[in-house]
Amino acid sequence: MQPIQLHWIDYTILLAYVAFVLGIGWALARYMKSSSAFLTSARSIPTWVTGLAFISANLGALELAGMAANGAQYGIATAHFYWVGAIPAMVFLAVFMMPFYYGSKARSAPEYLKMRFDERVRLLNAGAWAVMTVFMSGISMNLLAKLLHLLLNWDYNWSLWICSVVVLLYVLKGGLTSAIYTEVLQFFMIVLGFAPVVYLGLQDVGGWTHLKSQLAVVAQHPAALALNDKTFAPDAWSSAWKPLLGGSANNPMGVDLFAMLFGLGFVLSFGYWCTNFLVVQRAMAAKNMTAARNTPLVAAIPKMLFPAIVILPGMIAVALATLPDKDYRIPPPIISEANYAKAIDTVKNTQPSVADSGVKSVSEALGKKVYADKVAALISANATSKLSDAQIKEGLYNSIAENDYDSVIPSLVKKYCPPGLLALALTALLASFMSGMAGNITAFNTVWTYDIYQSYRRLVLDRPRPATILRADGKHEDVTVALKDLGDEHYLWMAKVITVVGTLLSIACAYFANHYSNAMNVVQLVFGFVNAPVFATFLLGMFWKRTTGTGAFYGLLGGIGTSAIFHSLTLASGDLPGIKGGYVEVMKWFPSEMAQNFWLASFAFTACLVLTVIISLATAQTKSDADLKGLVYSLTPKLKDHEQHFLQRPAVLGVILIIACIILNIIFW
Amino acid sequence: MLDLRWPIGLMFTLIGALLVIYGAATGANTEMYQHSLGKNINLIWGVVLLIFGVLMLLGAIRGKKTPPSA
Repeated sequence: MQPIQLHWIDYTILLAYVAFVLGIGWALARYMKSSSAFLTSARSIPTWVTGLAFISANLGALELAGMAANGAQYGIATAHFYWVGAIPAMVFLAVFMMPFYYGSKARSAPEYLKMRFDERVRLLNAGAWAVMTVFMSGISMNLLAKLLHLLLNWDYNWSLWICSVVVLLYVLKGGLTSAIYTEVLQFFMIVLGFAPVVYLGLQDVGGWTHLKSQLAVVAQHPAALALNDKTFAPDAWSSAWKPLLGGSANNPMGVDLFAMLFGLGFVLSFGYWCTNFLVVQRAMAAKNMTAARNTPLVAAIPKMLFPAIVILPGMIAVALATLPDKDYRIPPPIISEANYAKAIDTVKNTQPSVADSGVKSVSEALGKKVYADKVAALISANATSKLSDAQIKEGLYNSIAENDYDSVIPSLVKKYCPPGLLALALTALLASFMSGMAGNITAFNTVWTYDIYQSYRRLVLDRPRPATILRADGKHEDVTVALKDLGDEHYLWMAKVITVVGTLLSIACAYFANHYSNAMNVVQLVFGFVNAPVFATFLLGMFWKRTTGTGAFYGLLGGIGTSAIFHSLTLASGDLPGIKGGYVEVMKWFPSEMAQNFWLASFAFTACLVLTVIISLATAQTKSDADLKGLVYSLTPKLKDHEQHFLQRPAVLGVILIIACIILNIIFW
Repeated sequence: MLDLRWPIGLMFTLIGALLVIYGAATGANTEMYQHSLGKNINLIWGVVLLIFGVLMLLGAIRGKKTPPSA
């Protein structure tokens, strides 16, 4: 892609957004007087704000780019991440789990684990979480800086540092509240920034009916767009359930019904939405229990409609790519100018009579798979009438038989946005990256300050300890000394210091991710190892009072270990043993990486669940029923919703949302 | 605490107004609007943003505790 030239209007809109974000930080600064105001918003925020921040925290750039990419690769079945995955999990969180998160007065998800179990479980969860948030925010910033370089030709280092400093400034000034507020701003920015792009794309394809008929063309020959080697029924991209019911060989995801419902619908989604502190933290900042419980429910309403903004662009992109007159292709992976130059020379120096060997050398020069027919046509076109270097380069660009699906959204923005609207869409992208970073930083500083630092101080550093003192009369005396408990000011200071440190670590991770292209795979992999089993720990902790700390700790370790073993023994077809799995021995091949992920999650969850139950039964419960009140379902007085308006009761809202979700599934069956 | 509808309203009113002015000023530039299928999308979408921004501001002014939409 050629870099885009920005006009004054574009710069003005970008700067206006940055100014408003910083302004919010400054306006909130005077409220940040305690560590709880800074790290937990002192539980003061109205529902609609926490609700929109709840989904917005998840609507980072990785999600935006990733869902559009999945929309292109798998079609509307991607919506299962929303309609099977997210919505039921969010309703479950609101109705059943939030009373314990919010009611326990825990300041973080690991702190709940400490109250329910013990310090070991907390530290395992908090440690993994702290590392992951830093990596996630680093990866997000690396992608942003790369995108700005690619789209606008801005310098990578400057983009990275300036954006990070903006995030640091507003988080440092306004703490979690400012992160939550800017997430809401980002929510509107994304919806209002991308809606016109999607609308124009859909218009261009010729509306929904035409989109469906083009997707039928795609489904029958996905190899023509280098999407998939197989062929599928015409509705494989445009029906959500029918291809899935046909089994894993009949849908581009390569997933069957069980893996979808149990792996994605239950383990992965509930694990993510119900235990991920990044999103749960938003609900925990709500002003009261009802607001906290309604947070995920308010979030579920727009979440249900998001496929129109995040998945539809991917589907539009593949449909556009089948229409020759639209002059569009899914962007290929980035190839260096040097490799292009080599390939251009090869095209120039190859005679049409030996086109076959020319195709091979072009593919080697580019380092990518190519469409043989297109390269051969390019070679003969150049032989009949000499083409310019730029023309050959364009021909080569269109001949690369590999897709960089993550670039679907930027490529559509570039195609449909004139100056002006362009700034709006770019700002939306920028906003999603920056709030992705802010979200991770605010989750990181809370977990660090409360779960690691404060817990360490109280347990180790400030613990009363024996000492011998020399008295004035010359005799020795044994005493117990306890350091004075450090006041809240110390923790507020620490929270701010760690915010700066966290930002610097994220920047370091961004450079790391930039140098090792596999960094992102590694991190997501480890994240998957840790996230899938932990839902079993929370589930048993909240709903089975017999669960013991030892059971939870070793069960969780066992679950993580199971993930690692499962991963080392399985591989998705088309992948090489290594980072993608199968590095010990490939005992089981999956049709796709997604199927491998879903099954990995299912195994890890089940292992953690079974181990925790067995070990709990074998060990003694160290906590009394009184200790567990407010932490476990059976020992907590049921919440009375009767004084609220019927339609404001979480259970009623939850049922309405589930029905709406079922209707959506039927419409797009 | 700061009512979030203020910054949201102000920002979208400002951006909406900018897009409307820019759209009106560049309306004759058919080449530029070929991107957006010949529509003056800046003008159209600027009006949408402006309406959204003003509604948010009205909500903030009335200072109601109920959510504006959602």
